[in-house]
Amino acid sequence: MNAPASLPVPARQFSPWRQFCWSVRREIWENRSAYLVPLAVGGLIVIATAIGVMNPSPRSNVAPFEMVAQNHGIETPFIFASLLLMFSTMVVSVFYSIDALYGERRDRSVLFWKSMPVSDTVTVLSKLTIPMLVLPLITFVVTVATQLVMLLIGMMGSGSGLWAHLGIGKMWWGELFHLVALHGIWWAPFWGWFLLASAWSRRAPLLWAILPPLAISFAEKIAFGTSHFAAWLSFRFVGGMEGPPPANPMSTAMLMQQSPAGFFLNPHLWTGLAMCAVFLALAVRMRRERGPA
Amino acid sequence: MAVIEARGLRKIYGTTVALDGVDLKVEPGRILGLIGPNGAGKTTALNAMLGLIPYTGELRILGHDPWQERARLMRDVSFIADVAVLPRWIKVSQALDYVAGVHPHFDRSKAEGLLQRTTVGRERRVGELSKGMVAQLHLALIMAIDARLLMLDEPTLGLDILFRKQFYDSLLTDYCDGTRTIVISTHQVEEVQHVLTDVMFIDRGRIVFQCSMEDVESRYREVAVHPEQLGTARSLKPISERQGIGRNVMLFDGIERARLAPLGEVRTPGIADLFIAIVGGRQGGVQ
Repeated sequence: MNAPASLPVPARQFSPWRQFCWSVRREIWENRSAYLVPLAVGGLIVIATAIGVMNPSPRSNVAPFEMVAQNHGIETPFIFASLLLMFSTMVVSVFYSIDALYGERRDRSVLFWKSMPVSDTVTVLSKLTIPMLVLPLITFVVTVATQLVMLLIGMMGSGSGLWAHLGIGKMWWGELFHLVALHGIWWAPFWGWFLLASAWSRRAPLLWAILPPLAISFAEKIAFGTSHFAAWLSFRFVGGMEGPPPANPMSTAMLMQQSPAGFFLNPHLWTGLAMCAVFLALAVRMRRERGPA
Repeated sequence: MAVIEARGLRKIYGTTVALDGVDLKVEPGRILGLIGPNGAGKTTALNAMLGLIPYTGELRILGHDPWQERARLMRDVSFIADVAVLPRWIKVSQALDYVAGVHPHFDRSKAEGLLQRTTVGRERRVGELSKGMVAQLHLALIMAIDARLLMLDEPTLGLDILFRKQFYDSLLTDYCDGTRTIVISTHQVEEVQHVLTDVMFIDRGRIVFQCSMEDVESRYREVAVHPEQLGTARSLKPISERQGIGRNVMLFDGIERARLAPLGEVRTPGIADLFIAIVGGRQGGVQ
């Protein structure tokens, strides 16, 4: 009866890659804390540094630029700043990934997202990309900017010797490696698990993310008096960076206990990524099956 | 090819049978009203057709299995699930950018044109807009998608009467082209009546009535019966009888106008009255 309707519509379609990129953008639009938190922390560090330089005190941790001559501990304030930024990013990542697939059901916006021709796999992968890649890179950029300003402030206080003695290229490389390798890749099973908890929960995703591992640890302790699971969890948290402990914990060496080659050849890295893949596959399934909360 | 084809569609939530063997076929270009009381299974039926929930039975939308191929299907099917599903944080401009980014059949200039007629500002966030403006935005986004099937689930719930009228007028003038198929689920029958080409009543998970609007007009007649003709009228077996103002109003199925004319004033019944006669009758006069 309606001839035009029965004609096939030309198969216009967008590549999953294009949809993935737009989905990542969408995540950044929604989660402004992804860049606002690092920027705020970076700003605070700069202000604290400026105040520290103006009021030098011998016991001050934030302004030991006078140690330039000793060439010892010169990195300390810079590394301290980058650790603060990394920590704030970790907190943002945890809260982001626990809410990522739950929040869209809570506010029913999942019904809008699902009315778009974007597959659940593309959506879940785009949400994984935020803690695995986007947040580490944003943090790196903010860290570099913060440290540059700190350096300028320091040079105003202590002269240009600071620039000469501080191995800034090596430090930045160490920070980038630490952020991408540890925060992004080594912690992938955590991000995968949080996304799964987020997709699974009908309410209280934070509890679903945290209580099962705790419960297993306690059950093991009570039943067998051992704590293998807790040890395993802690290995999954810090193990990827284990190496000979550096003399000074506040140094680039601390960020790079493991060489990139050693890191990528570590079989535990790959078992962790496999775990992450299983959690993600389940999260994709859950996103398809769970309706709005 | 039928746009929607369902055979023995069933969905059970725990012990509740939400869809109890639905058979359905919708041809291209139809505008179908899915009408039923709250909890009748309207939303469940739409969700199954949109690939949002698993089901048993056979279901094909444009030839695809919606549960297995939701993302693929959404290139040709659009839906408005509820007026309140646009995320509150999104800016109007971001919503346009995003849909243009992921939807190959989205015509951004058409959406911009539709929005131009409203007071929805480009830099506003959805959370700052009124309910009516959010519905206008959502409708503009959806109408700018060149889809073959549009599903609307209670699209005007909670909107004031002016917006409701605009909503359907806009749908008719800017979207319907005779080839696109639309399914509208609602329990507010009166306001969709003039839009529909087909009507379907759903009650307790079953389709209890389906008919084109032309057939409704040719088959069903409502008569405000003169008091002295009550006996004659009842002998013609009306499918329902109710008290009108000073008259008993009876609904007849398949009785010619000529036989009914002597009994009182004859008119075409509203869908709401037909619904009450058919669904209300099934419920044993509870309503």
